[in-house]
Amino acid sequence: MTDQSQTPAVAAEETRLLPSDEILKGLIEPFADASWATSAGQDVVTLPADQLRAFGESALQGGFELLSDVTAVDWLSRQPRFDVVVNLVSLQHRRRLRIIVQTDSDIPSLVTVWPGANYAEREAFDMFGINFVDHPDLTRILMPDEWEGYPLRKDFAVGSVPVQFKASHKVR
Amino acid sequence: MTKSKDVDLWISGTEEPDWDTSTTDEGSQEMASTETDYRLREQLGSVVTDDYVFDDEISDDERMIVNMGPQHPSTHGVLRLQIELEGEIIRRTKPVIGYLHTGMEKTGEELTFMQGPTNVTRMDYLASFHNEHCYSMAVERLLGIEVPPRANTIRVLLTELNRISSHLVAMATNGMDIGAVSIMTYGFRDREQILAFFEKTSGVRMNHNFIRPGGVAADLPPGWRADVKAILENIRRRVVDYDDMLKENPIWNGRTRGVGVITPEECLAYSITGPTLRSAGVDWDLRKVFPYAGIEQFEFEVPLGTRGDVYDRYRVRIEEILQSARIVEQAAEAMPKGDYRSDDRKVTPPPRMRIDESMEALIHHFKIFTEGFRVPAGETYVAVESPRGELGCYLVSIGEGKPYRMHTRAPSFYNLQALPIMMADSLLADTIATIASLDPVMGDVDR
Repeated sequence: MTDQSQTPAVAAEETRLLPSDEILKGLIEPFADASWATSAGQDVVTLPADQLRAFGESALQGGFELLSDVTAVDWLSRQPRFDVVVNLVSLQHRRRLRIIVQTDSDIPSLVTVWPGANYAEREAFDMFGINFVDHPDLTRILMPDEWEGYPLRKDFAVGSVPVQFKASHKVR
Repeated sequence: MTKSKDVDLWISGTEEPDWDTSTTDEGSQEMASTETDYRLREQLGSVVTDDYVFDDEISDDERMIVNMGPQHPSTHGVLRLQIELEGEIIRRTKPVIGYLHTGMEKTGEELTFMQGPTNVTRMDYLASFHNEHCYSMAVERLLGIEVPPRANTIRVLLTELNRISSHLVAMATNGMDIGAVSIMTYGFRDREQILAFFEKTSGVRMNHNFIRPGGVAADLPPGWRADVKAILENIRRRVVDYDDMLKENPIWNGRTRGVGVITPEECLAYSITGPTLRSAGVDWDLRKVFPYAGIEQFEFEVPLGTRGDVYDRYRVRIEEILQSARIVEQAAEAMPKGDYRSDDRKVTPPPRMRIDESMEALIHHFKIFTEGFRVPAGETYVAVESPRGELGCYLVSIGEGKPYRMHTRAPSFYNLQALPIMMADSLLADTIATIASLDPVMGDVDR
């Protein structure tokens, strides 16, 4: 990022921050829309939603064998509303990488890249209503099948559920 | 024939010539003489034919779906399995979870950072200290504070003792499910000794709320060294005894060897971590690769399996108990002197003495326990090696006293994805051994 003389033609676009180590740099560089940052000392890559699967495939090739977690964050008033957060682990390079993708509802599923994303994406669908396109079995996993709404969204209030027998006449 | 009516016993070969052989076992002996030698030995039991051979001839009439759980004693809580059977052979399995879902991630957004450990400690109730540790480390990373060495060593001591107690339960329930009931009582008995020490330390047996952001809640109780020494002495002696009892036991070997096999490639593809991953031979322990809380200063080894079956997972856990005992011993010896919580007054309430003297200290104390402290905006993911695998905490703060989002990467939740792979094309009777070897805690799965 300091040496701009090598690619003078795209010098204006090369101002984006790239990590100094080779593994991450080689992974992120081909994706022009990916941006890299560190958050509390951890590597975070922010991507457009449509590039998630392509990035996942090249990350798998690049040595990130294990998908450790998929979850989401609801930023209620922001556009797009959700962050989908994917945590990856590389056993051979002994490092972690976090992918954050902003989306309103649709996002490509990573099950074809890491089958272990299956339950985690179902949980994110269950809790946030994020539609993982091409997921083999996108159904509710923790909440009951007939549940309405997505509990971990910020506009889903922590309320009480009507309890049976509560309205029955008092004993005393 | 008429002669035989009053005859109860006879010697074979001494029957009358007109004896009707079709009504006696004489005929079966004749049939046996015409069978092939291999078939005879199979019937006598000296040759065991492979039950796992795929038989294309099975018709759809024999295919059925059996529902197991959620109230089955061997499902370790409320795990429900839908098992598709062909005869006695499992073809497909679908775990159905969520029966214990209590919305703890939503609750975590309503509790202050100080109250957070109370919530997360109830997730994986067999490894409470690991949950608290993971959450506290995530908060500390966002705050940018370091905990003092004594707090870190207390954390290591308690989490490793907790690993021993959790693995003892895994061993105990694994034994009970397979039929070795005495192992169940032994495992729970020895665990109780550790829980008694936890009770002495934190006040409660299981949901401790002892490891908190900034350190631990209190110093170790008087006489803790003797307690830890007694626990280690007991565990080391007895675990070796239990292992001697099981590892060459022919029934135990028959029920566990080659059962529920998973390959390293499948483990990685399906995000499976912990003893299950290590039993397949993958050297991956977060305490070694991403050391935390000063655990790198202690010597220990990472036990590995080779075949990835139920037996290897059992052996890995037994070895991990002994390795954790090594860490506990070193931590107890190396316990540094000093404060057991951070001296950062932002997260640590003032000492009791100051509250009597200073109005500001009293207000500060009150504020910390009602409003909590503010954590700078940011997001982080912190993982520890729980007895079940990678336990992670993804924490998002927007600079308030409560987390904006608190997500737990539950190892049991991900490890459950291995169940359909391990159980495919195996016998129904092996289901229970396989579930037990995975050691799922439903509080961790459903949260």
